[in-house]
Amino acid sequence: MSELGLPPFLILSAFLFVCGVVCIATKRNAIAVLMGVELVLNAANLNLIAFARFRPGFGLDGQVFTLLVIVLAAAEAAVALAIILNFYNNHATVDVDEANELKG
Amino acid sequence: MSLPVVLFAVLATTTTVSALGVVLARNIVRMAVWLLFTLVGVSLLYFLLGAEFVGTAQLIIYVGGTLVLFVFGVMLTAQGPLRELRTRPAELAVAGVLAATLFALLVTVSLRLAAADTTDSSAPPRPAELGLTFLGVTEVNPGGAALGVPEGTRPNRTPVAYLLPFEIVSVHLLVVLVGAAYLARAKRRLKT
Repeated sequence: MSELGLPPFLILSAFLFVCGVVCIATKRNAIAVLMGVELVLNAANLNLIAFARFRPGFGLDGQVFTLLVIVLAAAEAAVALAIILNFYNNHATVDVDEANELKG
Repeated sequence: MSLPVVLFAVLATTTTVSALGVVLARNIVRMAVWLLFTLVGVSLLYFLLGAEFVGTAQLIIYVGGTLVLFVFGVMLTAQGPLRELRTRPAELAVAGVLAATLFALLVTVSLRLAAADTTDSSAPPRPAELGLTFLGVTEVNPGGAALGVPEGTRPNRTPVAYLLPFEIVSVHLLVVLVGAAYLARAKRRLKT
């Protein structure tokens, strides 16, 4: 584990983050946007775990934060899916471009 | 090339390819499958980093819970043309340029951050210590009782404990799930 330092994990996490951001920005299906959010959260979690492993003094705090983030992500996914299902019931579509009732 | 390096190479390749699959797939069902592989890859990376409990939690909660929720959402909403919503090429080009810029920025920052000092901590933390971190107690002797505190001595308190955030998160999850069930309930048709 000694020759495998912090940088490879940080770069991989940056790649996951960018993939998630692109998903959020370009996908038109609301559930696909949610999947992008999950990718971003996973990138952040990977960073937290890597710092907890390679930085002495950071201790186990990173793992604790990751656990909290995983639970909060589950809650967020549940609420977002409920909203999407409601939107689908009202509009018969999940295209986020159609959700423009609040446009000024 | 030691074993961790090889394992990291394999896992990183799998995760990267799967994440690209999530971005590039047009069919929403295929996106869900690529996301499954990405989440499993990340959880195996947690195992590689010595965070066994978090890796297991990721497998159980993300892969077993959240992803199943996604698949149900896809099943309830993907009908006909909604299964494949095309992105406009211009949007895709702009997003690609922005993504490349963001990736370059993030890599620059993290390399500078990691170059500061990277010292491998002596031993990977054990799962039992994770529970003690929640309680805010440090284990005094490894051969102690299951609580981690030997008899007759006062427990060594850490500066911070995570028991209250844990409780808040759990109650939050309960409230949110009740709210989600209320939001997504089957509505009675209004009589007209």
